[in-house]
Amino acid sequence: MKKVYVNEERCLGCHLCEYYCAFANGSEPEFYKAFRLGRNAVPRIKVEDGNGINFAVQCRHCDDPQCMKNCIAGAISKVDGVVKIDRDKCVGCYTCVLSCPYGCVVADGGHSASKCELCTANGGTPQCVKGCINGAIVFEERGETA
Amino acid sequence: MPVNYFPAEFEVIRNYDKCISCRACERQCANEVHYYDSDFGKMLAHENRCVDCQRCVCICPTGALKIRPNENSFRKSANYTQPLMTEAYRQAGTGSVLLSSMGTPKDYPVYWDKILLNASQVTNPPIDPLREPMETRVFLGKKPTKMKFDKNGELDTTLEPSLTLNVPIMFSAMSYGSISKNAHESLARAAEELGTFYNTGEGGLHKDFYKYGANTIVQVASGRFGVHKDYLNAGAAIEIKMGQGAKPGIGGHLPGEKIKEDVAHTRMIPRGTDAISPAPHHDIYSIEDLRQLIFSVKEATEYKKPVIVKIAAVHNVAAIASGVARSGADIIAIDGFRGGTGAAPTRIRDNVGIPIELALAAVDGRLRHEGIRNEVSIVAAGSIRCSSDAVKAIALGADAVYIATPALLSMGCHLCRSCHTGKCNWGIATQNPELVKRLNPDIAYKRLVNLVTAWNHEIQEIMGGMGINSIEALRGNRLMLRGIGLNEKELQILGILHAGE
Amino acid sequence: MKFEYVIVGNSAAAAGCIEGIREYDKKGSIAVISDEKYHIYSRPLISYLLKGDVSESRMQYRPADFYKVNGVETLLGKRAVSVDSKTKQVALESGEKVEYGKLLLATGSKPFVPPMDGLDSVKNRFSFMKLDDVKGIEKAVKKGAKVLIIGAGLIGLKAAEALEHYGCEMTVIDLADRILPSILDKQTSEIMQKHIEAHGVKFLLNTSAKSFNKNTATLTNGEELQFDILITAVGVRPNTELAESAGGKVEKGILTDKKQAVKGVKNIWAAGDCTVSEDITTGTSHIIAIMPNAYAQGLVAGHNMAGAADKFEQAFPMNAIGFFGLHIITAGAYTGDCYEEIDGENVKKLFSCNNKLCGFILMGEKIARAGIYTALIREQTDLSTVDYELLCKAPQLAAFAKEKRQEILAKGGAA
Repeated sequence: MKKVYVNEERCLGCHLCEYYCAFANGSEPEFYKAFRLGRNAVPRIKVEDGNGINFAVQCRHCDDPQCMKNCIAGAISKVDGVVKIDRDKCVGCYTCVLSCPYGCVVADGGHSASKCELCTANGGTPQCVKGCINGAIVFEERGETA
Repeated sequence: MPVNYFPAEFEVIRNYDKCISCRACERQCANEVHYYDSDFGKMLAHENRCVDCQRCVCICPTGALKIRPNENSFRKSANYTQPLMTEAYRQAGTGSVLLSSMGTPKDYPVYWDKILLNASQVTNPPIDPLREPMETRVFLGKKPTKMKFDKNGELDTTLEPSLTLNVPIMFSAMSYGSISKNAHESLARAAEELGTFYNTGEGGLHKDFYKYGANTIVQVASGRFGVHKDYLNAGAAIEIKMGQGAKPGIGGHLPGEKIKEDVAHTRMIPRGTDAISPAPHHDIYSIEDLRQLIFSVKEATEYKKPVIVKIAAVHNVAAIASGVARSGADIIAIDGFRGGTGAAPTRIRDNVGIPIELALAAVDGRLRHEGIRNEVSIVAAGSIRCSSDAVKAIALGADAVYIATPALLSMGCHLCRSCHTGKCNWGIATQNPELVKRLNPDIAYKRLVNLVTAWNHEIQEIMGGMGINSIEALRGNRLMLRGIGLNEKELQILGILHAGE
Repeated sequence: MKFEYVIVGNSAAAAGCIEGIREYDKKGSIAVISDEKYHIYSRPLISYLLKGDVSESRMQYRPADFYKVNGVETLLGKRAVSVDSKTKQVALESGEKVEYGKLLLATGSKPFVPPMDGLDSVKNRFSFMKLDDVKGIEKAVKKGAKVLIIGAGLIGLKAAEALEHYGCEMTVIDLADRILPSILDKQTSEIMQKHIEAHGVKFLLNTSAKSFNKNTATLTNGEELQFDILITAVGVRPNTELAESAGGKVEKGILTDKKQAVKGVKNIWAAGDCTVSEDITTGTSHIIAIMPNAYAQGLVAGHNMAGAADKFEQAFPMNAIGFFGLHIITAGAYTGDCYEEIDGENVKKLFSCNNKLCGFILMGEKIARAGIYTALIREQTDLSTVDYELLCKAPQLAAFAKEKRQEILAKGGAA
């Protein structure tokens, strides 16, 4: 299946992907308003700036997702290869935050956890990929086991 | 001292309704213009550091930024302009030569814009390039004056080594050191895909790029940086650089801070040392000396590769070109004074040399007059800005053109003319790894291919309109050109009629 | 009745077992026996149900068609009373016998209520473990009711948080000198105590109830307390009776090997809060009563019951929980060298020993990306192979060697 991959040789650490993500998963149709009025979501992609390198990290949609196995509410499931959180079931205990070895599940305003769902609910094109100014983030099939 | 205060050249206009303080502008500005003031809770700018490279404007996710000239002005004078005054203050403060980059911004006549092209009507009808073959392939090198055939009708004439170009456009010399490795990679890959050539410039050839040798012109300049036998043999042709349009009569100086490990290795000089190209080649003081160097490199490459001699367009360019043509060179590249540079003394760049249009016409005319035009191919360089400039250059007598500034534009350059600072925000004219990263060769090479492909389409359209279906038939075809608003002397030098004639 | 697989218990370990079996055996018959009559639900969610954050249907641990999709027969509302490992039969309270091929004991634990004089005279006395407890409390609670909670552990405090929504006046007493001793150290427990007190909960520590006279408690400090509702949340005891009746080895809990097979008997496995695990952060064996552990053990048991070889070797305590908006994530043991950052309610404490991360306490804003630390414990990562200094500042993948990082980022790998 197609996943989001980042090339750390190309990532500039501009952090714009975080904003495009936060916008795409928020509720406001106008980009600048989303942030000016706080109608943005918490970004589900995280750009790391460490030791002179930059790279964006987001859910790897693991074969054996720790977040899903450990979820106390049974709110996390894998649908067509995409690990998803059912926000209606999630109680925001953050056992998933505790579990994800990549640090890719984020606390979303106290009541629920959020994570990258490959923009399946936002038209299918991951907005971090679309917004990357240097082609560092790609959405492609790499033929590993799903 | 107050006199050393220079008002910002540019104003950073930020629409605070739209600015979301994402700080992308701050992270992406190597000049450290933008900053976040946590007390005010908003983005501010050190405007006097801005060079108007437009990087921040282009990446701002909300379109909140605008850069425009600072309206603060000294008392107006058409003679003592503000830049002249500022330059005087600056030099009074430092005692230094002024440095600039890229082509001169001065308002000299651009003859391309005073030449119009012909098209066919009724008789000799135009050709539709979408329906009929349209040849833009060019061969650069000596052309035999006679062809001999043996008894069986097989060609008996030994053809001189030549270059085959699918498009009449090559990328001109930009050294590794003056531009980044990613920029070089982009040019090399684009040349390969296009079936044309890029030029190493005088900085040698990085080991990673030997694989693009079939589409590489390797340059030998006065500093002889990175020149060795394998280097000479790595390329498809060798270019001896005698001069550069933007700075005729001047050598080059790449400061030590740009000589990082890889650049040093490629140039075969110690890391951190200044790379100084002398003004002359210290072994060339005559056409005979040039001939010696030409044959030295031919010898080293077993006479398999054509040799290009690149000269700057100066006052007596026609006579010089005649000498070069007789020195054994296969191709002459002429570089006009509006051409770009990674760094040049401002006064030289803005005042020395002549326009490529006049130089090209003069050289082509002279070589024809002397009956040696077939001995060499001519490549025109130095501000070929678009496809119609290329068509006009070919009609004025060029076999092909070199482009560099449009190539840089394809890769993102916004002509802020700050290459000499080494802080290119677009990752082109820099060796800072953080900045070099910003040029993704996978993207940039495709953009270069797109640019040249688009130009080639336009060249075919223009040729078709003229009723010409081969670029060879356009070369030196000055009947296809008419001057507009030019005086008798200019028309005479260009060898063209005035519009209406 | 005869089934290839029989599971006693109907919570996380049972779900893990069912899913584990079905990975390898799509057909073998499975039965689930539980004394509770409900569809599989998440026990820890009862406090959220009481609070009103989730509905009963949304607290189901697996979708409504879970049993059907997995071909599971349910024997709900039926209590298993003993196991005969010779005849391979589970005896139910109703007198029925269920024959098994392979048996999983996922019996969990029961609340422990210490003997206190007059406890039986108390009206509206509850534990806080099961759905029925919530139903009982919901009926009994009135706005402004006085609630006495015995036990300042996870269960007691979750109950307190839920009851705040009813405007109850709450007092929590505990014999210990601090709250949440199982997951917090002294310093962080004080921070949490202050946070909870700010929401109107009153703590009486170093204290227990000596006796009750109807709804008045006499405390060990002599104080008398009146209350409307009593919640006992002192602790739990594993349900080991079935394992004992089958002849399995039982100490603090049911003893199993790494494949979750119960020691001393054949064809019986056990998983979850009723079992003893070997804690990789301390090397000691004890009950690690957390849901992730239960699920993982159940899954491993399921794999083995279906004939596949699998081992559970990564047990260690970990908890993610929040009280009145202040979140904590903790794991492992709090021994060895400590790196700490304390900024009000935002706390980070990392404990390392023998060049390994052995535990951490994160509170407030510092919980972000905690899983990177958890993975260091789970994988027993040698800290000399990572930039630990960088990791202390913030959990980040940049601290890993380039190859390791690229393996993660490029392959999108399996955790």
